[in-house]
Amino acid sequence: MELRNREMRDIYVDLLMHYAELYPELVIVEADLMKALKTYIFAEKFPERVINVGVAEANMIGVAAGLSNMGKLPFTHTFTPFATRRVFDQVMLSVAYAQLNVKMVGSDPGIMAQLNGGTHMSLEDVGIMRNIPTMTIFEPVDGVQLAAMFPQIIEHYGPVYIRLLRTEFDSIFEDDQKFELGKATPIIEGKDVSIFATGIMVKEALDAQKILSDQGISASVINIHTLKPIDVDAIVKEAKKTGAVVTAENHNIINGLGSAVAEVLVENCPTVMERVGTKDHFGEVGKKDFLMEKFGLTAHHIVDAALKVLERKNTAK
Amino acid sequence: MDKRAYLELQAKEIRKHTLDCIATLGVGHVGGSMSIVDALAVLYFDQLNIDPKNPQMPDRDRFVLSKGHGGPAVYSALALKGYFPMELLKTLNISNTNLPSHTDKNKTIGVDMTTGSLGQGFSASVGMAVAVQLDQSPFYIYSIIGDGESQEGQIWEAAMFAGNRKLDHLISFTDYNKMQIDGDISDINDVSPLDKKWEAFNWHVQVIDGHDVMAIRDAILVAKKTLGKPSMIIMNTIKGKGADFAEGQASSHNMNVTKEMSQKAIERLG
Repeated sequence: MELRNREMRDIYVDLLMHYAELYPELVIVEADLMKALKTYIFAEKFPERVINVGVAEANMIGVAAGLSNMGKLPFTHTFTPFATRRVFDQVMLSVAYAQLNVKMVGSDPGIMAQLNGGTHMSLEDVGIMRNIPTMTIFEPVDGVQLAAMFPQIIEHYGPVYIRLLRTEFDSIFEDDQKFELGKATPIIEGKDVSIFATGIMVKEALDAQKILSDQGISASVINIHTLKPIDVDAIVKEAKKTGAVVTAENHNIINGLGSAVAEVLVENCPTVMERVGTKDHFGEVGKKDFLMEKFGLTAHHIVDAALKVLERKNTAK
Repeated sequence: MDKRAYLELQAKEIRKHTLDCIATLGVGHVGGSMSIVDALAVLYFDQLNIDPKNPQMPDRDRFVLSKGHGGPAVYSALALKGYFPMELLKTLNISNTNLPSHTDKNKTIGVDMTTGSLGQGFSASVGMAVAVQLDQSPFYIYSIIGDGESQEGQIWEAAMFAGNRKLDHLISFTDYNKMQIDGDISDINDVSPLDKKWEAFNWHVQVIDGHDVMAIRDAILVAKKTLGKPSMIIMNTIKGKGADFAEGQASSHNMNVTKEMSQKAIERLG
């Protein structure tokens, strides 16, 4: 399967069809966005395994819970805001509290809603889902990572929220890279500052690492692809090593990766820290580059955060 | 004993135990538990293909109480059916109980879906009926919704989909007792005409006396014979039916019940 130079949705649908062959109980539950994620391709091959409830997300989650209750393995598909904030109670009770096994895919996370604008821009979805006991939250960086994690997600019994890019993505990982659900993936080893990044911010973190390197600063870059359960050991180990932490996420700094890492640090090894992410703002319409600049989500913002945190680290000494 | 007498006896027993278990702690959802008892008697003691000795039997019929606050009545039916000892009913809502206020499939043997947030259990029962349709399974999915619950948007999302999907192994009931927490449904946000609404959503609709066990039984038999449509059986009921202190009172949704109150009501049931 080609995992580069394609849109994420094409890879995702290929994976879905591949595992549908292996898992006869796999079904998809849709709410009138099959054209967005191109799951109509799945429908051509497995028409009887598509349940499209129309524009009714609450019922989509309820029906998926019912299907899981009868032994099916449902994947639900919609945009991130409708996969989370619109159906919070349904996900909380009918899926998680009822201990059912539904995989919920939200596409176009955070600013990647782009031209759909503020109404469709979920800068809070990770925070919403993080509040739900037993929830696993996975944000893939690229096609290689998505493909490697897919079977682990299927084999994991319990609710999983997948924060999925729909179209373009930056290829970061080599084909043979190993990933484990719930375990952070170190990408670059450094000694002065640790940058924890997720989703589209991994590319920015890597760019920031190069800029910092040119200034004589050695930064680690670690990908947190599983936002819940978060890899406490990896975070503590890094923080103890470098003594300075930056988080980078395409999400509000409240309740997302930054909050999760801060919670780990404050309980285990208090460390100076800066959070890169949106600063408690609503989203707005625009293209990716404009929005990344406007909301402070670029490599330069990560560099600034790293310099700031290093200054605090050195002052503390 | 003929069928009617047998089912009426079961309903009476469920009512007595429902009152008794609520009175043990002294508070509970009397109104909406008592109004569905006759339907539960027909389901558990005549219609559901279930086996208390094999509660996870794959091809069993499923029952979802979407108005999950009727839990005490379901627990009484399950105990009488033999799923667990009668003494367990005394543990309703006490610490570490397996019998919570609202039905929970992970806590109570014999409960098929976790419910309590209104509208959601019905939607799940639709999903369960989709699975039955996909697998061409022989069994049925039953669910009961409340009339107040019918004000939830998710009910109608699920209703529209079930009708369009022609889920004829889904048999649902509305407990139409015409009262909700804040008063009469007709005063707050009327759901009538319920029959026309369900018909418009492409359901097969029957309107019956929800306290007539044979009418309930006949309606289920008709629903099973109805192909190409899910069935809605609208049961005209009385909130708190069989508890003299609660009957026909909106305040009986969740009320204090002393042992004396329950004892007197149980004696009146005979």
